Amino acid sequence: MVSRLEIRLKRDLFDADGATVKRKAKEYFDFDVKDLRVIRILTIDTDLTPDQCAFVRKNIFTNPVTEESSFESLADYFDWLIWVGFRPGVRDTAGSTAVEAIEDFLGLKFKPDEAVYTSKLYEITGSLTYEQVNRIAGDLLANDLIQEWKIFSRDDWQPEKGIGFIIPKVILAHDPQVRAIAIGSNEELQQISLDRNLALQERDIPVIRQYFLRKEILSERENVGLNLPTDVELEYISQARSDHCNHNTFRGMFKYHDLGTGEKTTVDNLFKECIEAPTLKLKKEKDWVISVLWDNAGVGRFDDDFSYVVTAETHNSPSNMEAYGGSITGIVGIYRDPMGTGKGARLVLGMYGYCTGPRDYDGRLKPHMHPRRLLDGVIEGVRDGGNKSGIPTPFGSVIFDESYLGKCLLFVTALGIMPSLIDDKPSHKKTTSPGDLIIMSGGRVGKDGIHGVTAASETYTENTPAGHVQIGDPYTQKKMHDFLLEVRDEGLITFITDNGGGGLSSSIGESALLSNGCRVDMDKIPLKYEGLDQWEIWISESQERMTIAVKPEHLKRFMELSAKHAVESSVIGEYNDSGYLELKYKQKTCAFIRMDFLESDFPQWEFEAEWVAPHLRGLTEPVMSEPQDHAGLLIDMLARPNICARNWITRQYDHEVQGGSVIKPLIGKRRDVPSDAIVVRPILESEQGIAVSQTLNPVYSKIDTYHMTAITIDEAIRKVIAVGGDLDHLGGLDNFCWPTVEYHPTKNPDGKYKAAQLVRANWALKEYCLAFGVPLLSGKDSMYIDGNLEGPYGERHKVSGLPTLMFTLCSVIKDINKCITMDVKIPGDLVYILGETKNELGGSEYYQMQNNSIGLNVPKVDVDTCLPQYQALQKAIASGMIASCHAVSRGGLAVNLATVSMAGELGITINLANVPASSKLTISQLLYSESCGRFIITVAPEHKETFEGCFQGMSLGLVGKVVSTNCIIFNKDETIILKQNLFNLKQAWKEPFGDLI
Amino acid sequence: MKHIKALVLTGYGLNCDREIDFSLKLAGAESHRVHINDLIISNDFNAAVSLRDYQILVFGGGFSWADDHGAGVLMAAKLKHHLGPQIEEFIASGKLILAICNGFQCLVNLGLVPAFEDDKHKRRIALTYNDSGNFIDAWVRLAINPASPCIFTRGINYMELPVRHGEGKVYGSLDDIKQLNDNNQIVMQYVDENGERANGIWPQNPNGSLLDIAGICDSTGRIFGMMPHPEAFNHYTNHPDWTRIKEEKNRAGEKTFSREGDGIKIFRNAVDYIKNRVGG
Repeated sequence: MVSRLEIRLKRDLFDADGATVKRKAKEYFDFDVKDLRVIRILTIDTDLTPDQCAFVRKNIFTNPVTEESSFESLADYFDWLIWVGFRPGVRDTAGSTAVEAIEDFLGLKFKPDEAVYTSKLYEITGSLTYEQVNRIAGDLLANDLIQEWKIFSRDDWQPEKGIGFIIPKVILAHDPQVRAIAIGSNEELQQISLDRNLALQERDIPVIRQYFLRKEILSERENVGLNLPTDVELEYISQARSDHCNHNTFRGMFKYHDLGTGEKTTVDNLFKECIEAPTLKLKKEKDWVISVLWDNAGVGRFDDDFSYVVTAETHNSPSNMEAYGGSITGIVGIYRDPMGTGKGARLVLGMYGYCTGPRDYDGRLKPHMHPRRLLDGVIEGVRDGGNKSGIPTPFGSVIFDESYLGKCLLFVTALGIMPSLIDDKPSHKKTTSPGDLIIMSGGRVGKDGIHGVTAASETYTENTPAGHVQIGDPYTQKKMHDFLLEVRDEGLITFITDNGGGGLSSSIGESALLSNGCRVDMDKIPLKYEGLDQWEIWISESQERMTIAVKPEHLKRFMELSAKHAVESSVIGEYNDSGYLELKYKQKTCAFIRMDFLESDFPQWEFEAEWVAPHLRGLTEPVMSEPQDHAGLLIDMLARPNICARNWITRQYDHEVQGGSVIKPLIGKRRDVPSDAIVVRPILESEQGIAVSQTLNPVYSKIDTYHMTAITIDEAIRKVIAVGGDLDHLGGLDNFCWPTVEYHPTKNPDGKYKAAQLVRANWALKEYCLAFGVPLLSGKDSMYIDGNLEGPYGERHKVSGLPTLMFTLCSVIKDINKCITMDVKIPGDLVYILGETKNELGGSEYYQMQNNSIGLNVPKVDVDTCLPQYQALQKAIASGMIASCHAVSRGGLAVNLATVSMAGELGITINLANVPASSKLTISQLLYSESCGRFIITVAPEHKETFEGCFQGMSLGLVGKVVSTNCIIFNKDETIILKQNLFNLKQAWKEPFGDLI
Repeated sequence: MKHIKALVLTGYGLNCDREIDFSLKLAGAESHRVHINDLIISNDFNAAVSLRDYQILVFGGGFSWADDHGAGVLMAAKLKHHLGPQIEEFIASGKLILAICNGFQCLVNLGLVPAFEDDKHKRRIALTYNDSGNFIDAWVRLAINPASPCIFTRGINYMELPVRHGEGKVYGSLDDIKQLNDNNQIVMQYVDENGERANGIWPQNPNGSLLDIAGICDSTGRIFGMMPHPEAFNHYTNHPDWTRIKEEKNRAGEKTFSREGDGIKIFRNAVDYIKNRVGG
């Protein structure tokens, strides 16, 4: 019999959860909710006696101090009720832990199809209409892709019936079967691919057909009882060939044509030429680069005993559809990459980047989800994913731009650490060998995420299947993380990788290449529910799973530890050297594919790339005279959404768990100004640290993606140097998010230009990584950041995101005691600017604010001048003479000088005449140009000479002083340009998102 | 030399165990991280570790059982069910329990604090949702009650530590809160920059705790639960102002100073107590 337990806070207690919903209803829709309180519901779908029910209610699920509960309906004080529950098959962690607790306490076992389902009932008072309540339900409380809701008015409500007994159990009245697929002609296979949502590439189809029609293949297949390709096989091939898994775009051939100069160039393979080649060259020069370009993440040396492991990824499409689910799945998913790198790393930090439409968007297009709700959702997803994993989330970025209304971007980064040796063997090496058992550990397989990879490789439409929306489960994964470290340290792992995009098909398909074959017993794979077809099991992207190779002699111990950690592990097959990937279901073969097939000659993708230089596109500098009210201008600049404080996000993230926080995300006197970079001490016994910075500068793409890339790399470097980073140890990560580059005359008429933008970004990546000496430890590309949004008249508009590069940089710091921060510290200190300010307002925040201009003079990075200055600065920081250091970034000198002053809560007096500048610049150019290569540095007067001596012949200017008043003053010689109280500036800077918590 | 053995619980979503272990070692203990299931004897497990061999037990932070049914609720249920008698015995033999954050939430659900004389081990105090409705990571200022019997805070008047929680509001009936206060079982309270009580004002009091309570102990002072994280202040560079403090000290000509974080004092007090205890 089903029982329904309802629990709520006692009436006299403040309901913070309810109050948050009430606040959001006001903020999102301007609805005045009088009161809103939450009832938690557990629908227990198993037979419990009345005594057992009473027992679990009292002893497990009700806090006698704060809560009341009942198996009857509790709702009593409301005008409206909204019930929200999960749809069938959606991950319900609270439901599973409730099962765990009931089983443990009562000593019983739920049957396979029994469960506990959690849901919520909101008691609402206030004069609201049905439509308003429905809006709160659909646009605030629930996402119809994963949840359903019901609304009851006071009059409809029947207390004796309550919400009823809603059991969202997955029932698949379906006998699993393997189907053979006809491949009579290319057209036929193409049609089947469309019908089944296989997303096979048209150009791959002849290669696939040829393979299955080959004589020797046919006869080999006959021996195992197969003829035509099965759906399992074609789904497998489709996954492996998807752009997401195979990076076809980056490995494509680009025919680049500069329409201005007429020059033509062919780039055979962007990845090989611009990422792989420079990284391999740098790996030879830098012995700290341990493992790159093949594993789930890159590996660098931390010290003699430890290596660090780092990677970054995006999770755009799922987050765009279900913000919370997408982002929690994203952050929990990226954590599996270091866990599956080498023999497995312990996670030490995570980071985030969000690009969305403006939070207060009020335009004519209707995004799938309003940016405000979307941003709130992704913030909360990463919060729960990171915090519940016990991994600090100390750094992140947010960019608002209308171009991201089409598809939001969600970047997630993970850094781990592992001993350099495990069992006396290098930890970064691993392989599979014939006879090794294939083990799947962690979660079970369901219909989740099926065709997720292919959906991520498509432009978002209203018809994109929602099946790939998932909710990550950090609890299950944290248990697995602890378990894997223990088995690793006992030397029980010979190979490990995670199940991400493509699921088992990808993890086993790729790991079996090492042993050259495998056999998988599909019926041994644990399922969440029965009724999945074999192809679904094979490609499902159900989360929190790792694939591990274990020697048979280690199986017993492996399983003991698995049980101790309450992690499910199953032997699902064996690696061999047969040369085949063979999948069996109840002894019958359902897939039999040569291991080398996916390595065979699939046609390379080809792109036309046409570049038109910015001046030929009609870009010019705007015609504008000098502003007269500089104080007012700076106040407005500081309140810009991409400049102002976003502290409410940072504070929700645990950034100090693991006890190694050295430089925090928010610093300064009131700990409220963002740091240039963060530093952690991952090995507590050591005083060595890792500095990490992350940069995003998509606006410059409007002028030239080449310079956008250079600027983004330079800024990341300056930011790690500013906290004490080491130029000899800069490990980079490149994450490209790009709109579709494939030309189509009507659907993507500017595809050739976007392709040229991609080529130019990669050229800059190569050039600047080589020049600065930054090997790319890891990286990912995510194409298709476009959406088709509904307009005011029922038409749809294609919206393409700005070409975006997120650049992440890690640097090992030998002595954390030498780290510094950007806040000015002591009155009387001298303020210096290092690096030249140029006439480079193109793409600046200042131009954006002034009539949304773009301009032409984009900042350019001059490595020959900058690098020696960075080296000199690094030395000066190491010598301990610098009190504060800040890399000048978005908003130019005015914004960044104000920032260091606001951080230290001490005034500054600056003479702009002493700013090192290239030529005669106007005041607005001096204050707002975003030239690269610059730092603001403060130094005690006693170090003046030694400090200046470090920068002989370089662009260093002594521009002013830190003062004990609260005044920020910019002079040009005798003329006062700007004088403003720093607390007024700080208030303006904090106000835009100041009331968010 | 006598070995002071400390046990830090791990497993089922708990975290902070490595830095607690590190802090205990800094304080001079022989510390072990032990999975909850290694203490339990059941059909599936043979207890590999016995609580009897330890003198200090630490329930650390984290999200045990994902905390979806109230923070620390399922962990308390599991411990009570499987380890109730062992924990009773541990307490009865005069040993120490430190519970931090999620551990504190578990401790109140086990009723090990406040453990008023009249009605031992009844749940009297709850740690409920922060008034802000959200998780917060912030450094707080803490005044320590000199009259409290708490072993762990001996000789400490004031401390700064980070809090990191979504459910840290200490709540109880007016009578119970009064009794806590009367018994000097309130060990730490949130204060402002001037050392004055935070009076419930956010963010000095980050969660809306009644009487600004950040930590409480039982009547013996040997069982102590606190929301802030002493293990996260294990090195001076953990403190948010360290670069400023260091610069100020440099200017004052003070070039050397201790690199140990203030949080270690809590652990050292525990180790010293056991060390000095008659009969160990």
